[in-house]
Amino acid sequence: MIRTENVIKSFNEQEVLKGITTEFFPGKTNLIIGRSGAGKTVLLKLLVGLMQPTAGEIFYGDVHFNRLNKNDMRTIRMKVGMLFQASALFDSLTVEQNIRFPLDMFTTMTAKEKLNRVNFCLERVNLDSNTINKKFPSEISGGMQKRVGIARAIVLDPEYLFCDEPNSGLDPKTAIVIDELIRSITIEKNMTTIINTHDMNSVMEIGDNIVLVHEGHLAWRGDKSQVLESDNQILQNFIFASPFLQRLRKAALK
Amino acid sequence: MIFKLLQHFGRYLLMMWSSLQRPENTRMYYNETMRQMNDIGVGSLLIVILIALFIGAVTAVQFSYQLDGTLVPLYYIGYIVRDSTIIELAPTITCLVLAGKVGSNMAAEIGGMRQKEHIDAMEIMGVNTAGYLIMPKILGALVVIPLLVAIAAFVSIVGGYLAMVLTGSLSGEDYTMGVRSFFKEQNVSLMFVKSLVFAFLLTSISCYQGYHVRGGSIELGKASTNAVVISDIMILLSDYLIAAMFT
Repeated sequence: MIRTENVIKSFNEQEVLKGITTEFFPGKTNLIIGRSGAGKTVLLKLLVGLMQPTAGEIFYGDVHFNRLNKNDMRTIRMKVGMLFQASALFDSLTVEQNIRFPLDMFTTMTAKEKLNRVNFCLERVNLDSNTINKKFPSEISGGMQKRVGIARAIVLDPEYLFCDEPNSGLDPKTAIVIDELIRSITIEKNMTTIINTHDMNSVMEIGDNIVLVHEGHLAWRGDKSQVLESDNQILQNFIFASPFLQRLRKAALK
Repeated sequence: MIFKLLQHFGRYLLMMWSSLQRPENTRMYYNETMRQMNDIGVGSLLIVILIALFIGAVTAVQFSYQLDGTLVPLYYIGYIVRDSTIIELAPTITCLVLAGKVGSNMAAEIGGMRQKEHIDAMEIMGVNTAGYLIMPKILGALVVIPLLVAIAAFVSIVGGYLAMVLTGSLSGEDYTMGVRSFFKEQNVSLMFVKSLVFAFLLTSISCYQGYHVRGGSIELGKASTNAVVISDIMILLSDYLIAAMFT
């Protein structure tokens, strides 16, 4: 479990996060949602340690994460996988080399064991290792890049998985496939998965624990079953932003 | 202005300290160092040879013109080409050229990785990015650049020979006699000291510029330019300091 206590983050004089206290649970897809500029990417970067909070605490289980020195933080990070918005695959490496990179760096596996692990991860994200292994990231589609990104994120069997807008730039059908993939891997490995998104489909389909960040505050917390009935105006304005979606909500409530 | 300079210097020291931490996987670091040695060394060999050849030739021609009609014996041209090349031209010009070729490339490579979140991705995997991305470049440069400088010195002396002998300005025997006259071994040591200092400066400054780049393509271009300009200034400044200390 990951826990934040009154996390504040300021840039120069501007306070972007104004005291976020929340929890993210293992075996669940935890969603951080909010409008662009609400502070959700900053929160995600604080959670993975790419930024330090101005005030407040972040806990990984019982470990006081933001008080760790760099070396101890690296030890925790070896239990972390992350899917980036633009996948962040290394351009000069093939798909196989990209996924193998953490294995090369941190394990003493033999070449054959590494290849087996790479192929297993690729198959787990529904990619054919025989056809894709030797391709470069620029030679595959955006959806495939996301899946390769997930394969790389899970190759070391992480306890924590972070996804920064995994559906951005994908068509709705591929976005659903990616969402389902992340959810099934989360349940299978009992990982604490935190997804940063503003995709309404993701909220309604895989939102086991939803944290709404609005103007740096925690505006609402709940799960997908509570979204429709909630009378939180900020949540409703965000999820059902268009008149069409508002009509849909009304129809669903009837 | 001074505060900003101190801030940059502090961040530079912190980056260098991080890069000195124990590698996560020695083999990966070794492979990366070999790749950098190949990129810096083999990749720059042709341009270094070309430049050194012409520098030697120009130095010989210029001194031949200066000494014409004086009482100084002409074989001194070989001696002057050798010493000016070994003491100054080979290490300084080679490293100024390498700052432009290798330094800008390093700044752009690391800066591009920063902007595409590759460095963040490595950090989250638990990789010491300063160590993995910067230390192999510095080590590779420290091994290969002195070798390039030594090659440049040799080629430059050959360039002077060709310029003199092919034009008939001086006989081969006289030029060779000049090259073999008044030789001081400490000048060669000085050349290697300079090349080691310059190699460290140009790689570490270029890596710093790339590692801390923010923004988009314009900032990346500026970082690449800054890498070359600041490396060149620091090379020339340290050249003066070394000359003042050791000669």
